[in-house]
Amino acid sequence: MLRTSVVSKGILVCGEVRRGKIHSVTMELVGKARQLADKKNCGVSCLLFCGELDDAPEKLFGYGADRVVLVAHASLKYFNQDIAAKLLAHVIKEMSPEIVLAPATTSGRTYLPAAAAMVHTGLTADCTGLDIDDETGLLLQTRPAIGGNVMATIKTPDFVPQMSTVRPKTFRVPEPCERGGELVTPDIPSNVFESDIEVLSMEYSEGDVSDIQDKDVVVSGGKGLKRPENFALVGALAEALDGAVGASRPTVEAKWIDYAHQVGLSGKVVSPKIYIAAGISGAVQHLAGMQTAQKIIAINKDPDAPIFRVADVALCGDLNDILPRLTERIKKEARRS
Amino acid sequence: MKISVLVKQVPDSDEVKMDPVKGTMVREGTGNIVNPLDLNAVEVALALKNKFGGDITALTMGPPQADIALREALALGVDHAYLLTDRAFAGADSWATSLALARAIEKLGPFDVILAGEKATDGETGQVGPEVAAMLGVPCATYVSRIESDGAYVTVSRMIEDGIEVQRIKTPCLITVINNINEPEMPTLAGKKTARRADVPKATAEDIGLKKEETGLNGSPTRVVKIDHPKFSRQTEFFRGKDIDDGIGRVVEILRDAAAI
Repeated sequence: MLRTSVVSKGILVCGEVRRGKIHSVTMELVGKARQLADKKNCGVSCLLFCGELDDAPEKLFGYGADRVVLVAHASLKYFNQDIAAKLLAHVIKEMSPEIVLAPATTSGRTYLPAAAAMVHTGLTADCTGLDIDDETGLLLQTRPAIGGNVMATIKTPDFVPQMSTVRPKTFRVPEPCERGGELVTPDIPSNVFESDIEVLSMEYSEGDVSDIQDKDVVVSGGKGLKRPENFALVGALAEALDGAVGASRPTVEAKWIDYAHQVGLSGKVVSPKIYIAAGISGAVQHLAGMQTAQKIIAINKDPDAPIFRVADVALCGDLNDILPRLTERIKKEARRS
Repeated sequence: MKISVLVKQVPDSDEVKMDPVKGTMVREGTGNIVNPLDLNAVEVALALKNKFGGDITALTMGPPQADIALREALALGVDHAYLLTDRAFAGADSWATSLALARAIEKLGPFDVILAGEKATDGETGQVGPEVAAMLGVPCATYVSRIESDGAYVTVSRMIEDGIEVQRIKTPCLITVINNINEPEMPTLAGKKTARRADVPKATAEDIGLKKEETGLNGSPTRVVKIDHPKFSRQTEFFRGKDIDDGIGRVVEILRDAAAI
């Protein structure tokens, strides 16, 4: 919507509920929204939509929400992008928020663009930085571009709401504090829940695949593993650190491991606290998917491997030797503490 | 079945080298390719056409030389190609790009299924597919790793964070695919020959009924206000040979600091 045609106020966070639980990315975004709202002197609302909620929505007040808008409906038991988009567009029209933030998950990256198209406003994908412009009060949305080699700062000056999807793990979940708020369960027109999409089934995957973007630690393997069986070394280290297993594109193309593990431009983009790359040379397309990690540890036998240039710690040697030793040390440390 | 495929020409990221001193990308002299995931989308289109008959129209927006990308699609077996090219399109964000594509689809269609790659390797927004679908008022499924159709409905498997979601979607619809959906074929010699000779119609903003203020930078709600070149090169602590043990110790320290142990 053109800014001039509506009075807008406040920040709306689109929360994410998975299997009845409020996902931590919701708290990350509510915490960040609180900071931005304090700068703008406005309120923070959080939209939760789900089939049923097994969590207490009130806990979001402690992370900075002033209001939680809860929509529980049988049609939302599984994610339906069509209903989610119509619901968000409806809530935007009702509440006229100035800013809308959502996680850049597969869900957020699907229904946010649709909702932005419906209400005619801009949307910035996959932001890794958010701030408020001191002069104009506009949202400054920073995102990696051109494979992460450039950081672009983007504004939506003339349209509202200003919308962003935010890469999970970009902002820390704040310590919750004692704070109250308002829980609302609005009446939503029934046609919002009618859809040309029907969810037939949802098959939950177990183990490490599911949360490569969710874990604090990602351990990835590349062609330097030499054999597909050697992903077991990567898996053992990941397990010791409660991390996820990642992979370079060549290993996925060689069918050593499933595409769900692929990190890089044509796979997943991850920003974990710790990224460990084993036997990955560091092609640009891989670096683009992991170089925003807080700490990068690279293991490679080639001292000139490009991955070492983005690494905090470079272990130059045979990964068949280094990976098991590292895993052992970690297990020993874990037992001690 | 009437099928449309959205394709995009992107820089070949495999050719892009890093400047070892500045830590930035060297893009000069790199070639352009069809966005890899769009080739997966073309492959899906060919499979659907194989099953149901009909025809496939590839559509792109870009500079005049983007017609090379369309010819690649034609070489693979796509029947028609259509190039949106106009100075007025320059600087379009995902909203303005989607509007132009949606208008072109309305003009060329109706289509039963519109296909696209989940995202392009250059912009990486993944927004154009869902935005085009919303502008056309058709349902959209993203991150699709498997697709089947009986003509009236499309059944897709979406690969999402916590598993595989299977959805049944009424046509017309828009589907964006990821790279494990299939393995794109290489073009045949005969296909390449046909593609070279094929007519690729060009259209301007006016041709698809858009005013200048609705296109390109003018029609874009977002504005890039600043570009930074972050230095990702870090202070690397390098360990090798007999120092590896110290290196492992250092890694353990970092993991402890990050509360990963």
